[in-house]
Amino acid sequence: MPVVTVLERQIHLDEEGFLTEPSEWDEALARELAANIGLELTPRHLEVIAFARSDQAEQGETPTLRRMTAVGGFPTKELFQLFPKKPAKKLSYVAGLQKPVGCV
Amino acid sequence: MRRLLVLGAGTAGTMAVNKLRPLLAEDEWDITIVDQSEEHHYQPGYLFVPFGWYRPEQIVKPRKRLITRGVTQLTGAVDRVDTDANLVHLADGTELAYDQLIIAPGTHPTPSETPGLAEPNARERGVHSFYTLDDAVALRDAMQRFDGGRLVVNLIDLPIKCPVAPLEFAFLVEAWLHERGLREETEVIYVTPLDGAFTKPLAAKELGGMFTERGIDLEPDFMLEQVDLDEQCLVSYDERVVPFDLLVPIPINRGAAFVGRSGLGDELDHVRVDKHTFLAEGLDDVFALGDAANLPTSKAGSVAHFSLDVFVENFLRHIDGLEMHERFDGHANCFIESGYGKAMLLDFNYDTEPLTGTFPFPEVGPLKLLGENEANHWGKLAFRWIYWHLLLPGRPLPLHADMSMIGKDRPSLPDPDPEAEQAPRRTSALMEVSM
Repeated sequence: MPVVTVLERQIHLDEEGFLTEPSEWDEALARELAANIGLELTPRHLEVIAFARSDQAEQGETPTLRRMTAVGGFPTKELFQLFPKKPAKKLSYVAGLQKPVGCV
Repeated sequence: MRRLLVLGAGTAGTMAVNKLRPLLAEDEWDITIVDQSEEHHYQPGYLFVPFGWYRPEQIVKPRKRLITRGVTQLTGAVDRVDTDANLVHLADGTELAYDQLIIAPGTHPTPSETPGLAEPNARERGVHSFYTLDDAVALRDAMQRFDGGRLVVNLIDLPIKCPVAPLEFAFLVEAWLHERGLREETEVIYVTPLDGAFTKPLAAKELGGMFTERGIDLEPDFMLEQVDLDEQCLVSYDERVVPFDLLVPIPINRGAAFVGRSGLGDELDHVRVDKHTFLAEGLDDVFALGDAANLPTSKAGSVAHFSLDVFVENFLRHIDGLEMHERFDGHANCFIESGYGKAMLLDFNYDTEPLTGTFPFPEVGPLKLLGENEANHWGKLAFRWIYWHLLLPGRPLPLHADMSMIGKDRPSLPDPDPEAEQAPRRTSALMEVSM
Protein backbone atom coordinates (compact mmCIF):
# COMPACT_ATOMS: atom_id res chain seq x y z
CA MET A 1 0.00 0.00 0.00
CA PRO A 2 1.59 3.28 -1.10
CA VAL A 3 2.15 6.01 1.47
CA VAL A 4 2.73 9.45 -0.05
CA THR A 5 3.40 12.90 1.31
CA VAL A 6 0.92 15.54 0.21
CA LEU A 7 0.53 18.99 1.80
CA GLU A 8 3.38 18.03 4.14
CA ARG A 9 1.61 15.06 5.66
CA GLN A 10 1.50 11.38 4.99
CA ILE A 11 -1.55 9.78 3.44
CA HIS A 12 -2.31 6.12 2.74
CA LEU A 13 -3.54 5.00 -0.67
CA ASP A 14 -4.66 1.70 -2.15
CA GLU A 15 -3.25 0.31 -5.43
CA GLU A 16 -5.66 2.41 -7.43
CA GLY A 17 -4.76 5.64 -5.64
CA PHE A 18 -7.85 5.90 -3.41
CA LEU A 19 -7.44 6.95 0.23
CA THR A 20 -7.68 4.03 2.62
CA GLU A 21 -8.16 6.17 5.76
CA PRO A 22 -11.15 8.52 5.51
CA SER A 23 -9.80 10.33 8.61
CA GLU A 24 -6.76 11.58 6.67
CA TRP A 25 -9.07 13.65 4.46
CA ASP A 26 -9.75 17.36 4.70
CA GLU A 27 -10.92 19.99 2.28
CA ALA A 28 -7.41 21.05 1.28
CA LEU A 29 -6.58 17.45 0.41
CA ALA A 30 -9.86 17.18 -1.52
CA ARG A 31 -8.70 20.05 -3.73
CA GLU A 32 -5.42 18.21 -4.38
CA LEU A 33 -7.26 15.00 -5.21
CA ALA A 34 -9.68 16.86 -7.47
CA ALA A 35 -6.86 18.60 -9.33
CA ASN A 36 -5.21 15.22 -9.83
CA ILE A 37 -8.23 14.10 -11.91
CA GLY A 38 -8.78 17.44 -13.59
CA LEU A 39 -11.62 18.78 -11.44
CA GLU A 40 -11.98 22.12 -9.71
CA LEU A 41 -14.18 21.99 -6.64
CA THR A 42 -17.16 24.33 -6.26
CA PRO A 43 -19.25 24.79 -3.09
CA ARG A 44 -21.79 22.38 -4.63
CA HIS A 45 -19.09 19.71 -5.01
CA LEU A 46 -18.31 20.14 -1.34
CA GLU A 47 -21.97 19.69 -0.37
CA VAL A 48 -22.10 16.45 -2.30
CA ILE A 49 -18.82 15.30 -0.76
CA ALA A 50 -20.01 16.21 2.75
CA PHE A 51 -23.10 14.04 2.37
CA ALA A 52 -21.10 11.13 0.93
CA ARG A 53 -18.66 11.29 3.85
CA SER A 54 -21.29 11.52 6.58
CA ASP A 55 -23.29 8.69 5.00
CA GLN A 56 -20.16 6.56 4.80
CA ALA A 57 -19.39 7.27 8.46
CA GLU A 58 -22.90 6.17 9.46
CA GLN A 59 -23.33 3.19 7.16
CA GLY A 60 -19.76 1.95 7.00
CA GLU A 61 -19.72 1.92 3.21
CA THR A 62 -19.46 4.41 0.37
CA PRO A 63 -22.91 5.42 -0.90
CA THR A 64 -23.84 4.26 -4.40
CA LEU A 65 -25.03 6.77 -6.97
CA ARG A 66 -28.57 5.57 -6.35
CA ARG A 67 -28.22 6.26 -2.65
CA MET A 68 -26.76 9.72 -3.35
CA THR A 69 -29.96 10.46 -5.25
CA ALA A 70 -32.53 8.56 -3.16
CA VAL A 71 -31.22 9.49 0.29
CA GLY A 72 -28.96 12.50 -0.36
CA GLY A 73 -31.39 14.22 -2.71
CA PHE A 74 -28.77 15.04 -5.37
CA PRO A 75 -30.20 14.49 -8.88
CA THR A 76 -28.19 11.93 -10.84
CA LYS A 77 -28.03 14.31 -13.77
CA GLU A 78 -26.32 16.92 -11.61
CA LEU A 79 -23.84 14.37 -10.24
CA PHE A 80 -22.86 13.63 -13.84
CA GLN A 81 -22.31 17.36 -14.43
CA LEU A 82 -20.24 17.79 -11.27
CA PHE A 83 -18.20 14.60 -11.74
CA PRO A 84 -18.29 13.96 -15.50
CA LYS A 85 -18.39 10.45 -17.01
CA LYS A 86 -17.78 8.44 -13.83
CA PRO A 87 -19.51 10.21 -10.96
CA ALA A 88 -19.46 7.33 -8.48
CA LYS A 89 -15.74 6.72 -8.92
CA LYS A 90 -14.71 10.39 -9.05
CA LEU A 91 -16.86 11.39 -6.11
CA SER A 92 -15.50 8.65 -3.88
CA TYR A 93 -11.95 9.47 -4.94
CA VAL A 94 -12.22 13.16 -4.13
CA ALA A 95 -14.16 12.45 -0.91
CA GLY A 96 -11.36 10.23 0.33
CA LEU A 97 -13.55 7.12 0.37
CA GLN A 98 -13.26 3.68 -1.17
CA LYS A 99 -15.08 3.04 -4.43
CA PRO A 100 -18.66 1.90 -3.83
CA VAL A 101 -18.78 -1.91 -3.67
CA GLY A 102 -19.32 -3.30 -7.15
CA CYS A 103 -22.02 -5.79 -6.21
CA VAL A 104 -21.90 -8.93 -8.30
CA MET B 1 -45.29 -23.62 21.39
CA ARG B 2 -42.79 -21.33 19.65
CA ARG B 3 -43.54 -19.98 16.21
CA LEU B 4 -41.18 -19.67 13.24
CA LEU B 5 -42.69 -17.60 10.46
CA VAL B 6 -41.15 -17.48 6.97
CA LEU B 7 -42.15 -14.79 4.47
CA GLY B 8 -41.55 -16.02 0.93
CA ALA B 9 -41.51 -19.54 -0.52
CA GLY B 10 -38.88 -19.08 -3.21
CA THR B 11 -35.49 -20.79 -3.20
CA ALA B 12 -34.31 -19.53 0.19
CA GLY B 13 -37.62 -19.76 2.08
CA THR B 14 -38.40 -23.24 0.78
CA MET B 15 -34.94 -24.56 1.62
CA ALA B 16 -35.12 -22.99 5.08
CA VAL B 17 -38.35 -24.72 6.13
CA ASN B 18 -37.38 -28.02 4.51
CA LYS B 19 -34.06 -28.05 6.35
CA LEU B 20 -35.39 -26.81 9.67
CA ARG B 21 -38.59 -28.89 10.01
CA PRO B 22 -36.78 -32.18 10.71
CA LEU B 23 -34.47 -30.41 13.17
CA LEU B 24 -37.14 -28.65 15.25
CA ALA B 25 -39.46 -30.83 17.37
CA GLU B 26 -43.05 -30.58 16.11
CA ASP B 27 -44.42 -30.24 19.64
CA GLU B 28 -42.07 -27.30 20.33
CA TRP B 29 -42.03 -25.35 17.09
CA ASP B 30 -44.82 -24.38 14.74
CA ILE B 31 -43.50 -23.47 11.27
CA THR B 32 -45.58 -21.38 8.88
CA ILE B 33 -44.59 -20.14 5.42
CA VAL B 34 -46.44 -17.42 3.51
CA ASP B 35 -46.22 -16.60 -0.18
CA GLN B 36 -48.45 -14.61 -2.49
CA SER B 37 -48.11 -17.17 -5.27
CA GLU B 38 -49.10 -20.83 -5.32
CA GLU B 39 -46.48 -21.52 -7.97
CA HIS B 40 -42.74 -22.00 -7.60
CA HIS B 41 -40.63 -20.97 -10.59
CA TYR B 42 -37.19 -22.34 -11.42
CA GLN B 43 -35.91 -18.86 -12.16
CA PRO B 44 -32.56 -19.83 -13.76
CA GLY B 45 -34.72 -21.39 -16.49
CA TYR B 46 -36.10 -18.01 -17.64
CA LEU B 47 -32.88 -17.42 -19.59
CA PHE B 48 -33.53 -20.42 -21.84
CA VAL B 49 -37.18 -19.67 -22.62
CA PRO B 50 -36.49 -17.03 -25.32
CA PHE B 51 -34.39 -19.61 -27.22
CA GLY B 52 -37.08 -22.29 -26.97
CA TRP B 53 -34.84 -24.61 -24.88
CA TYR B 54 -37.32 -24.67 -22.02
CA ARG B 55 -41.08 -24.43 -22.26
CA PRO B 56 -42.77 -22.52 -19.45
CA GLU B 57 -44.38 -25.64 -17.99
CA GLN B 58 -40.93 -27.20 -17.47
CA ILE B 59 -39.91 -24.54 -15.00
CA VAL B 60 -43.07 -24.10 -12.92
CA LYS B 61 -44.36 -26.41 -10.19
CA PRO B 62 -47.12 -26.04 -7.61
CA ARG B 63 -45.57 -24.67 -4.41
CA LYS B 64 -47.55 -27.07 -2.25
CA ARG B 65 -45.64 -30.21 -3.27
CA LEU B 66 -42.22 -28.66 -2.71
CA ILE B 67 -42.66 -28.00 0.99
CA THR B 68 -42.26 -30.73 3.55
CA ARG B 69 -45.08 -32.05 5.77
CA GLY B 70 -45.50 -30.36 9.11
CA VAL B 71 -45.20 -26.84 7.69
CA THR B 72 -48.33 -24.69 7.48
CA GLN B 73 -48.63 -23.00 4.09
CA LEU B 74 -50.55 -19.75 3.64
CA THR B 75 -51.22 -17.77 0.47
CA GLY B 76 -51.29 -14.02 0.83
CA ALA B 77 -49.40 -10.77 0.39
CA VAL B 78 -47.53 -9.20 3.32
CA ASP B 79 -48.51 -5.67 4.24
CA ARG B 80 -45.87 -5.03 6.89
CA VAL B 81 -43.84 -6.42 9.76
CA ASP B 82 -44.25 -4.92 13.22
CA THR B 83 -40.96 -5.86 14.86
CA ASP B 84 -41.96 -4.23 18.19
CA ALA B 85 -45.06 -6.41 18.54
CA ASN B 86 -43.56 -9.48 16.76
CA LEU B 87 -46.49 -9.45 14.35
CA VAL B 88 -46.80 -9.74 10.58
CA HIS B 89 -49.82 -8.06 9.00
CA LEU B 90 -51.06 -9.56 5.74
CA ALA B 91 -52.84 -7.44 3.14
CA ASP B 92 -56.15 -9.18 3.86
CA GLY B 93 -55.99 -8.13 7.53
CA THR B 94 -54.70 -11.45 8.93
CA GLU B 95 -52.20 -11.06 11.78
CA LEU B 96 -49.48 -13.64 12.29
CA ALA B 97 -47.44 -13.68 15.49
CA TYR B 98 -43.88 -14.99 15.53
CA ASP B 99 -41.05 -15.78 17.89
CA GLN B 100 -38.51 -15.96 15.06
CA LEU B 101 -39.04 -14.46 11.61
CA ILE B 102 -37.29 -15.21 8.32
CA ILE B 103 -37.79 -12.65 5.55
CA ALA B 104 -37.20 -14.23 2.12
CA PRO B 105 -39.38 -12.53 -0.51
CA GLY B 106 -36.52 -12.17 -3.02
CA THR B 107 -35.81 -9.22 -5.28
CA HIS B 108 -37.77 -8.26 -8.36
CA PRO B 109 -37.30 -6.47 -11.69
CA THR B 110 -38.97 -3.08 -11.44
CA PRO B 111 -39.28 -1.47 -14.89
CA SER B 112 -41.26 1.44 -13.45
CA GLU B 113 -37.99 2.74 -11.94
CA THR B 114 -36.80 3.73 -15.43
CA PRO B 115 -38.72 6.27 -17.55
CA GLY B 116 -40.04 4.59 -20.69
CA LEU B 117 -39.63 0.97 -19.63
CA ALA B 118 -43.04 0.48 -18.05
CA GLU B 119 -45.04 2.24 -20.77
CA PRO B 120 -47.87 0.13 -22.22
CA ASN B 121 -46.39 0.34 -25.72
CA ALA B 122 -42.87 -0.74 -24.66
CA ARG B 123 -43.22 -4.22 -26.16
CA GLU B 124 -44.61 -2.82 -29.38
CA ARG B 125 -41.50 -0.63 -29.60
CA GLY B 126 -39.18 -3.63 -29.35
CA VAL B 127 -38.50 -3.70 -25.58
CA HIS B 128 -38.44 -7.16 -23.99
CA SER B 129 -36.86 -8.38 -20.79
CA PHE B 130 -36.44 -12.02 -19.73
CA TYR B 131 -36.48 -11.65 -15.94
CA THR B 132 -40.07 -12.82 -15.49
CA LEU B 133 -41.63 -15.83 -17.18
CA ASP B 134 -44.20 -13.64 -18.91
CA ASP B 135 -41.46 -11.35 -20.29
CA ALA B 136 -39.31 -14.31 -21.36
CA VAL B 137 -42.21 -15.75 -23.38
CA ALA B 138 -42.89 -12.39 -25.03
CA LEU B 139 -39.18 -12.06 -25.87
CA ARG B 140 -39.23 -15.54 -27.43
CA ASP B 141 -42.05 -14.44 -29.74
CA ALA B 142 -40.32 -11.14 -30.56
CA MET B 143 -37.12 -13.00 -31.44
CA GLN B 144 -39.07 -15.20 -33.85
CA ARG B 145 -40.12 -12.00 -35.65
CA PHE B 146 -36.68 -10.37 -35.50
CA ASP B 147 -35.02 -10.00 -38.90
CA GLY B 148 -31.80 -8.16 -38.10
CA GLY B 149 -30.77 -4.68 -36.98
CA ARG B 150 -29.43 -3.48 -33.63
CA LEU B 151 -29.94 -5.88 -30.74
CA VAL B 152 -29.06 -4.15 -27.47
CA VAL B 153 -28.69 -5.85 -24.08
CA ASN B 154 -28.74 -3.26 -21.28
CA LEU B 155 -27.80 -3.93 -17.68
CA ILE B 156 -29.39 -0.85 -16.12
CA ASP B 157 -27.98 -0.94 -12.59
CA LEU B 158 -26.69 -3.25 -9.89
CA PRO B 159 -27.49 -5.14 -7.77
CA ILE B 160 -29.60 -7.58 -9.79
CA LYS B 161 -30.42 -11.21 -9.21
CA CYS B 162 -28.36 -13.67 -11.24
CA PRO B 163 -25.86 -10.98 -12.25
CA VAL B 164 -24.27 -13.19 -14.90
CA ALA B 165 -27.54 -13.76 -16.78
CA PRO B 166 -27.25 -10.57 -18.88
CA LEU B 167 -23.85 -11.75 -20.12
CA GLU B 168 -25.21 -15.21 -20.79
CA PHE B 169 -28.06 -13.74 -22.77
CA ALA B 170 -25.61 -11.74 -24.89
CA PHE B 171 -23.50 -14.84 -25.63
CA LEU B 172 -26.52 -17.05 -26.31
CA VAL B 173 -28.27 -14.56 -28.56
CA GLU B 174 -25.09 -14.05 -30.56
CA ALA B 175 -24.86 -17.80 -31.18
CA TRP B 176 -28.60 -17.99 -31.89
CA LEU B 177 -28.30 -15.25 -34.53
CA HIS B 178 -25.61 -17.34 -36.26
CA GLU B 179 -27.90 -20.33 -36.28
CA ARG B 180 -30.75 -18.29 -37.70
CA GLY B 181 -28.53 -16.85 -40.43
CA LEU B 182 -29.07 -13.34 -39.06
CA ARG B 183 -25.66 -12.64 -37.57
CA GLU B 184 -24.37 -10.69 -40.59
CA GLU B 185 -27.22 -8.22 -40.53
CA THR B 186 -27.29 -7.79 -36.73
CA GLU B 187 -25.15 -5.69 -34.41
CA VAL B 188 -25.08 -7.04 -30.84
CA ILE B 189 -24.34 -4.35 -28.27
CA TYR B 190 -23.89 -4.85 -24.51
CA VAL B 191 -24.57 -1.65 -22.59
CA THR B 192 -23.49 -1.52 -18.93
CA PRO B 193 -22.95 1.03 -16.15
CA LEU B 194 -19.76 -0.84 -15.22
CA ASP B 195 -16.40 -0.01 -16.73
CA GLY B 196 -16.10 -3.53 -18.19
CA ALA B 197 -18.08 -6.70 -18.88
CA PHE B 198 -18.14 -7.70 -15.20
CA THR B 199 -17.36 -6.19 -11.81
CA LYS B 200 -14.39 -8.32 -10.78
CA PRO B 201 -11.12 -7.56 -12.61
CA LEU B 202 -10.00 -11.03 -13.77
CA ALA B 203 -13.48 -12.08 -14.86
CA ALA B 204 -14.02 -8.74 -16.59
CA LYS B 205 -10.84 -9.34 -18.58
CA GLU B 206 -11.72 -12.91 -19.61
CA LEU B 207 -15.31 -12.01 -20.47
CA GLY B 208 -14.28 -8.83 -22.27
CA GLY B 209 -11.97 -10.98 -24.42
CA MET B 210 -14.90 -13.24 -25.30
CA PHE B 211 -16.97 -10.22 -26.32
CA THR B 212 -14.25 -9.22 -28.76
CA GLU B 213 -14.01 -12.77 -30.15
CA ARG B 214 -17.74 -12.93 -30.70
CA GLY B 215 -17.98 -9.46 -32.18
CA ILE B 216 -20.19 -8.17 -29.36
CA ASP B 217 -19.73 -4.42 -28.89
CA LEU B 218 -19.29 -3.22 -25.32
CA GLU B 219 -20.70 0.19 -24.29
CA PRO B 220 -19.28 0.72 -20.77
CA ASP B 221 -19.91 3.45 -18.14
CA PHE B 222 -23.44 3.94 -19.44
CA MET B 223 -25.86 5.09 -16.72
CA LEU B 224 -29.33 4.94 -18.25
CA GLU B 225 -31.61 7.93 -17.67
CA GLN B 226 -34.50 6.92 -19.92
CA VAL B 227 -35.64 4.72 -22.77
CA ASP B 228 -36.99 6.84 -25.63
CA LEU B 229 -39.65 4.61 -27.16
CA ASP B 230 -40.53 6.94 -30.04
CA GLU B 231 -36.93 7.17 -31.22
CA GLN B 232 -36.13 3.61 -30.08
CA CYS B 233 -32.98 4.54 -28.21
CA LEU B 234 -31.34 4.53 -24.78
CA VAL B 235 -30.34 7.91 -23.35
CA SER B 236 -27.73 8.12 -20.57
CA TYR B 237 -27.42 10.78 -17.86
CA ASP B 238 -24.47 12.23 -19.73
CA GLU B 239 -26.57 12.36 -22.89
CA ARG B 240 -25.10 9.49 -24.86
CA VAL B 241 -27.59 7.80 -27.20
CA VAL B 242 -27.73 4.12 -28.17
CA PRO B 243 -30.36 3.24 -30.81
CA PHE B 244 -31.97 -0.20 -30.87
CA ASP B 245 -34.34 -2.33 -32.91
CA LEU B 246 -34.68 -4.96 -30.20
CA LEU B 247 -33.84 -3.93 -26.63
CA VAL B 248 -33.36 -6.51 -23.89
CA PRO B 249 -33.18 -4.45 -20.69
CA ILE B 250 -32.43 -5.85 -17.24
CA PRO B 251 -34.64 -3.62 -15.09
CA ILE B 252 -33.58 -2.26 -11.72
CA ASN B 253 -34.23 -4.83 -9.00
CA ARG B 254 -36.02 -3.93 -5.79
CA GLY B 255 -36.76 -6.01 -2.72
CA ALA B 256 -40.33 -6.46 -1.50
CA ALA B 257 -42.15 -3.19 -0.80
CA PHE B 258 -43.24 -4.45 2.64
CA VAL B 259 -39.57 -4.47 3.69
CA GLY B 260 -39.42 -0.72 3.10
CA ARG B 261 -42.82 -0.14 4.77
CA SER B 262 -41.55 -2.02 7.82
CA GLY B 263 -38.43 0.15 8.08
CA LEU B 264 -36.10 -2.81 7.54
CA GLY B 265 -34.69 -1.97 4.13
CA ASP B 266 -32.01 0.00 2.36
CA GLU B 267 -32.88 2.40 -0.47
CA LEU B 268 -33.81 -0.57 -2.68
CA ASP B 269 -35.89 -2.35 0.00
CA HIS B 270 -33.31 -5.06 0.57
CA VAL B 271 -33.11 -6.01 4.25
CA ARG B 272 -30.09 -4.64 6.09
CA VAL B 273 -28.38 -7.67 7.65
CA ASP B 274 -25.17 -8.80 9.27
CA LYS B 275 -23.33 -10.25 6.27
CA HIS B 276 -22.01 -13.26 8.19
CA THR B 277 -25.12 -14.30 10.16
CA PHE B 278 -28.08 -12.76 8.20
CA LEU B 279 -29.57 -11.30 11.38
CA ALA B 280 -31.45 -8.08 10.56
CA GLU B 281 -29.66 -5.01 11.88
CA GLY B 282 -30.57 -4.18 15.47
CA LEU B 283 -32.88 -7.20 15.95
CA ASP B 284 -32.34 -10.64 17.41
CA ASP B 285 -35.45 -12.42 16.12
CA VAL B 286 -35.54 -11.41 12.45
CA PHE B 287 -33.33 -12.91 9.72
CA ALA B 288 -33.30 -12.24 5.99
CA LEU B 289 -32.23 -14.98 3.56
CA GLY B 290 -31.60 -15.16 -0.18
CA ASP B 291 -31.91 -12.22 -2.56
CA ALA B 292 -33.93 -10.20 -0.03
CA ALA B 293 -30.83 -9.57 2.09
CA ASN B 294 -28.39 -6.76 1.27
CA LEU B 295 -25.31 -9.03 1.29
CA PRO B 296 -22.38 -7.67 -0.74
CA THR B 297 -22.25 -10.77 -2.93
CA SER B 298 -24.23 -12.12 -5.89
CA LYS B 299 -27.97 -12.39 -5.58
CA ALA B 300 -28.11 -15.99 -6.76
CA GLY B 301 -29.54 -19.38 -5.90
CA SER B 302 -26.06 -20.69 -5.13
CA VAL B 303 -25.57 -18.00 -2.50
CA ALA B 304 -28.95 -18.88 -0.98
CA HIS B 305 -27.86 -22.52 -0.94
CA PHE B 306 -24.45 -21.94 0.67
CA SER B 307 -25.80 -19.42 3.13
CA LEU B 308 -28.53 -21.84 4.25
CA ASP B 309 -25.89 -24.32 5.46
CA VAL B 310 -24.41 -21.61 7.66
CA PHE B 311 -27.80 -20.28 8.71
CA VAL B 312 -29.26 -23.59 9.90
CA GLU B 313 -26.30 -24.30 12.21
CA ASN B 314 -26.49 -20.78 13.59
CA PHE B 315 -30.26 -20.72 14.00
CA LEU B 316 -30.28 -23.88 16.11
CA ARG B 317 -27.78 -22.27 18.48
CA HIS B 318 -29.51 -18.90 18.42
CA ILE B 319 -32.89 -20.28 19.57
CA ASP B 320 -31.12 -22.00 22.44
CA GLY B 321 -29.67 -18.67 23.50
CA LEU B 322 -26.16 -19.56 22.32
CA GLU B 323 -23.83 -17.41 20.29
CA MET B 324 -23.87 -17.95 16.50
CA HIS B 325 -20.34 -18.92 15.54
CA GLU B 326 -20.66 -19.95 11.92
CA ARG B 327 -19.77 -17.08 9.59
CA PHE B 328 -20.87 -16.90 5.95
CA ASP B 329 -18.01 -16.04 3.58
CA GLY B 330 -20.13 -14.81 0.64
CA HIS B 331 -19.53 -17.99 -1.40
CA ALA B 332 -21.16 -17.89 -4.87
CA ASN B 333 -20.90 -20.41 -7.71
CA CYS B 334 -22.35 -19.41 -11.07
CA PHE B 335 -22.44 -21.06 -14.47
CA ILE B 336 -22.23 -18.72 -17.44
CA GLU B 337 -23.73 -20.16 -20.61
CA SER B 338 -21.53 -18.88 -23.41
CA GLY B 339 -23.27 -20.27 -26.50
CA TYR B 340 -22.17 -22.94 -29.00
CA GLY B 341 -22.78 -25.71 -26.44
CA LYS B 342 -20.28 -24.37 -23.91
CA ALA B 343 -20.36 -22.66 -20.55
CA MET B 344 -18.02 -21.13 -17.99
CA LEU B 345 -18.03 -21.43 -14.22
CA LEU B 346 -17.32 -18.75 -11.61
CA ASP B 347 -16.59 -19.58 -7.95
CA PHE B 348 -15.89 -16.71 -5.54
CA ASN B 349 -16.67 -15.10 -2.18
CA TYR B 350 -16.50 -11.77 -0.34
CA ASP B 351 -12.70 -11.72 -0.44
CA THR B 352 -11.63 -13.79 -3.46
CA GLU B 353 -12.57 -12.73 -6.95
CA PRO B 354 -13.40 -15.40 -9.59
CA LEU B 355 -10.13 -17.11 -10.62
CA THR B 356 -9.16 -19.49 -13.39
CA GLY B 357 -8.64 -23.19 -12.64
CA THR B 358 -10.67 -26.39 -12.39
CA PHE B 359 -13.61 -27.40 -10.19
CA PRO B 360 -14.14 -29.15 -7.88
CA PHE B 361 -10.91 -31.18 -8.30
CA PRO B 362 -7.44 -29.85 -9.25
CA GLU B 363 -6.39 -30.57 -12.86
CA VAL B 364 -9.16 -33.07 -13.69
CA GLY B 365 -12.08 -30.76 -13.09
CA PRO B 366 -14.28 -31.79 -14.87
CA LEU B 367 -15.56 -28.24 -14.70
CA LYS B 368 -13.38 -25.36 -15.79
CA LEU B 369 -13.28 -22.10 -13.84
CA LEU B 370 -13.41 -18.84 -15.75
CA GLY B 371 -12.99 -20.68 -19.06
CA GLU B 372 -15.35 -22.39 -21.49
CA ASN B 373 -15.98 -26.10 -21.96
CA GLU B 374 -18.81 -28.51 -22.74
CA ALA B 375 -18.86 -30.10 -19.27
CA ASN B 376 -19.83 -26.73 -17.80
CA HIS B 377 -22.74 -26.53 -20.22
CA TRP B 378 -24.03 -29.98 -19.21
CA GLY B 379 -23.53 -29.01 -15.58
CA LYS B 380 -25.76 -26.03 -16.08
CA LEU B 381 -28.48 -28.08 -17.77
CA ALA B 382 -28.31 -30.80 -15.10
CA PHE B 383 -28.87 -28.17 -12.48
CA ARG B 384 -32.62 -27.97 -13.11
CA TRP B 385 -32.99 -31.57 -11.91
CA ILE B 386 -30.70 -30.94 -8.94
CA TYR B 387 -32.75 -27.87 -8.02
CA TRP B 388 -36.10 -29.65 -7.85
CA HIS B 389 -34.88 -32.92 -6.38
CA LEU B 390 -31.93 -32.10 -4.11
CA LEU B 391 -31.64 -28.39 -3.47
CA LEU B 392 -35.21 -27.39 -2.58
CA PRO B 393 -35.87 -30.47 -0.44
CA GLY B 394 -32.74 -29.52 1.51
CA ARG B 395 -30.79 -32.68 0.69
CA PRO B 396 -27.01 -32.38 0.98
CA LEU B 397 -25.03 -31.49 -2.15
CA PRO B 398 -21.34 -32.30 -2.41
CA LEU B 399 -20.38 -28.64 -2.30
CA HIS B 400 -19.09 -26.97 0.83
CA ALA B 401 -20.58 -23.74 2.14
CA ASP B 402 -17.15 -22.10 2.44
CA MET B 403 -15.32 -21.43 -0.81
CA SER B 404 -12.26 -23.62 -1.36
CA MET B 405 -9.01 -22.57 -3.06
CA ILE B 406 -8.43 -26.15 -4.31
CA GLY B 407 -8.07 -26.20 -8.12
CA LYS B 408 -7.89 -22.43 -8.37
CA ASP B 409 -4.91 -20.69 -9.98
CA ARG B 410 -3.52 -18.06 -7.67
CA PRO B 411 -3.05 -14.81 -9.53
CA SER B 412 0.58 -13.75 -9.86
CA LEU B 413 1.54 -10.19 -9.15
CA PRO B 414 1.78 -8.13 -12.33
CA ASP B 415 5.29 -7.58 -13.68
CA PRO B 416 6.53 -4.10 -12.96
CA ASP B 417 6.00 -1.99 -16.04
CA PRO B 418 9.50 -0.84 -17.14
CA GLU B 419 8.14 2.24 -18.86
CA ALA B 420 6.40 3.33 -15.73
CA GLU B 421 9.74 3.29 -13.91
CA GLN B 422 11.25 5.68 -16.41
CA ALA B 423 8.27 8.01 -16.58
CA PRO B 424 9.08 11.55 -15.52
CA ARG B 425 8.26 12.23 -11.89
CA ARG B 426 4.84 13.67 -11.50
CA THR B 427 4.60 17.03 -9.83
CA SER B 428 1.95 15.74 -7.42
CA ALA B 429 2.82 12.97 -5.00
CA LEU B 430 -0.61 11.49 -5.68
CA MET B 431 -0.70 8.48 -7.97
CA GLU B 432 -2.03 8.81 -11.44
CA VAL B 433 -5.61 7.55 -11.34
CA SER B 434 -7.44 6.02 -14.26
CA MET B 435 -10.91 7.53 -14.48
